[in-house]
Amino acid sequence: MTDALLQVDDLRVTFAVGGREVRAVDGISFTVSPGATLAIIGESGSGKTVSCRAIMGLLPTGTAIGGSARLRGTELLGLSDAELRRYRGSDLAMVFQDPARSLNPTMRVGLQITEAITTHRATRGGRQSKREAQQQAIELLRLVRIPAAERRFHEYPHQLSGGMRQRVMIAMALACRPKLLIADEATTALDVTTQAQIMELLLELQEELGMALIMISHDLGLAASYADEVIVMYAGKIVEQAPAAGLFGAGGAVRMRYTRALLDAIPHLERPAHTLLPVVTGRPPDPTALPPGCSFAPRCQYAEDDCRAKVPALAEHVPGHRWACWHPCENGAAPHD
Amino acid sequence: MTEQAGPESGGVPGDAGAPQPGEREARGPGGLGRVPPGRGVKGGSPPFAGGASPRGDGDTALLSVRDLVQEFIVRERGGGKAGVVQAVSGVSFDVMSGETLGIVGETGSGKSTLARAILQAPRPKSGSVVFRGTELTNLRGGRLLQARRHMQFVFQDPFGSLDPKWKVRSIIDEPLIAYRAGGREARRKRVNELLDLVGLDPARYAGRHPRELSGGQAQRVAIARAVALEPSLIICDEAVSSLDVLIQAQVLNLFEKLRGELGLSYLFIAHDLALVKQVSDRVAVMYLGKLCEVGQGEAVYRRPLHPYTKALLDSIPSTEPGAGRATATIEGEPPSPINPPSGCRFRTRCPLATDLCAAEEPLPRELAPGHVVACHFPLMPGTSVITPAASSGVRQA
Repeated sequence: MTDALLQVDDLRVTFAVGGREVRAVDGISFTVSPGATLAIIGESGSGKTVSCRAIMGLLPTGTAIGGSARLRGTELLGLSDAELRRYRGSDLAMVFQDPARSLNPTMRVGLQITEAITTHRATRGGRQSKREAQQQAIELLRLVRIPAAERRFHEYPHQLSGGMRQRVMIAMALACRPKLLIADEATTALDVTTQAQIMELLLELQEELGMALIMISHDLGLAASYADEVIVMYAGKIVEQAPAAGLFGAGGAVRMRYTRALLDAIPHLERPAHTLLPVVTGRPPDPTALPPGCSFAPRCQYAEDDCRAKVPALAEHVPGHRWACWHPCENGAAPHD
Repeated sequence: MTEQAGPESGGVPGDAGAPQPGEREARGPGGLGRVPPGRGVKGGSPPFAGGASPRGDGDTALLSVRDLVQEFIVRERGGGKAGVVQAVSGVSFDVMSGETLGIVGETGSGKSTLARAILQAPRPKSGSVVFRGTELTNLRGGRLLQARRHMQFVFQDPFGSLDPKWKVRSIIDEPLIAYRAGGREARRKRVNELLDLVGLDPARYAGRHPRELSGGQAQRVAIARAVALEPSLIICDEAVSSLDVLIQAQVLNLFEKLRGELGLSYLFIAHDLALVKQVSDRVAVMYLGKLCEVGQGEAVYRRPLHPYTKALLDSIPSTEPGAGRATATIEGEPPSPINPPSGCRFRTRCPLATDLCAAEEPLPRELAPGHVVACHFPLMPGTSVITPAASSGVRQA
């Protein structure tokens, strides 16, 4: 079919909460090419995590999922757990924000990795001696640059630092050499120097293994620094999508007002102390009662009547650069100039 | 100053209990810039006391911390002593009136322990904390409560610091009752004023419970409570770290507004360097229980002297496409604060470390006016500035 590794079309996720419909993800589409890095950026509740969990088949039963998500042509949505298991791990893997909660505290980390390896081998019908699997686990620990891998193999999660635990999680995710790794706020809980180390590791591994990466984050800076392509989500929708170079830096231009607001709200080193930040008032809308027009309109100082009446479509206004805004920033200019 | 007990009354800045300029001069060795590497002046307090220029011209510090040490004993399963966590090891600094001092450090650097030691909860092992001219470390009970009235805290998790069963009005009213600040009607008015001040409509929010608030609103309530008693110093420990970036900007602006309207000083503790730079006049960098660099915000960020500060700055993701691929940062993770490295505590990760760094602890030296570093081989100004990766916070704007 196409050369896309992952193709997501019109993905919709709706939860029923107390009899009301919560549209967590409202018709998003994107593709990930082999080996590429996509960043999905948004605030809490924007739908970034839910969309990836929908693709991984990790949402609770009873969640209404619509649209399509194809991995090299195979539809993932609607697969049973048993069927999905063939893809999870070997084609798709995920790393979460909190490594302490994702690891079993009563089990040595080496065994947890070994378990991941043997389980996946078993689903694929292959057989492998325990010894081989252990050897492979130690190699994985080396792959994620854990020093003294043989010793660490026998340690419990509480004996490792946060950064080390996240490396163990990455090692487990890589156990079956996935084609696509989804990192959901994987460095958010880490210190800035550790974050830089883990991001560096992910990029190196990506190159070594030819793996594609989806980074879910709230941090635009992280997206700009590491991603090829950036998606900005607000209230369940994609509001802007472009190559990182098309958004940031000298040649870039942010168009959607929400992306601009996010960028302006980040404290950065060039501002003198005590400068007031350009402020967006209010909070993201209640997902059970979305406004009729643009979801950002109630908080947007540039909103006009058309913004409140009609939803702006996500359209490709410049080759490769899509945005959904009736009154976009001119050439990405800051609103306060 | 250590011997100086506070005045009986709890003190007003500049009163008899405040340290005299002469004493301060004697304690804080000024221009130590010419000390050869590794040969700092022994004894006396390090010149991390700050204020820089204000020193000596009669200005007194609102908060003066000297040689503060906090340690915790780690016990084995049987109850035997397994080790001592050296969480804060001889930290000294001043916060001047109206000033914001930022303290930046990674997990385990001891920055939160430092904040709590200032508050005397728990009491530090040794050292001195003088607030508004009163030594806090030897006060107890009611006297300590009175002295602390003008020093308030805002923590990271607003829901953790607000009682879930109380309504917003009672939460803000509580400190007013505790310190007997007026009758029922006066307090009612005051709570409304406070809610207005932090941007919450009293009619809508006073009757709510914390669970009916968003994270940003709950943090505003925590701030209203903190300023209820008209403090002169607010200690913020990661106060905006758990908030989304747009809400974080709102709360940061609120801190700025209160600084102007109420003449507040802040001790602003956070792990995010850009955030700390944004709010602070001076910035102190903390590593494994010690301060390694203190100076004016601009100076520390543009001309970092300590290799650790440089590494922190280089690790910040910038909004420059592909910048991450150029990021060079330090290896490894901070060592355990139980048995920390000898000499310079950063030496195990420092690209410049030599035998000297293991043998001798670098003493703080003032290499530029008000810019103090504790390093045997400081990055000399001009040779090493913020890399393009870190400085390009500038966007196309």
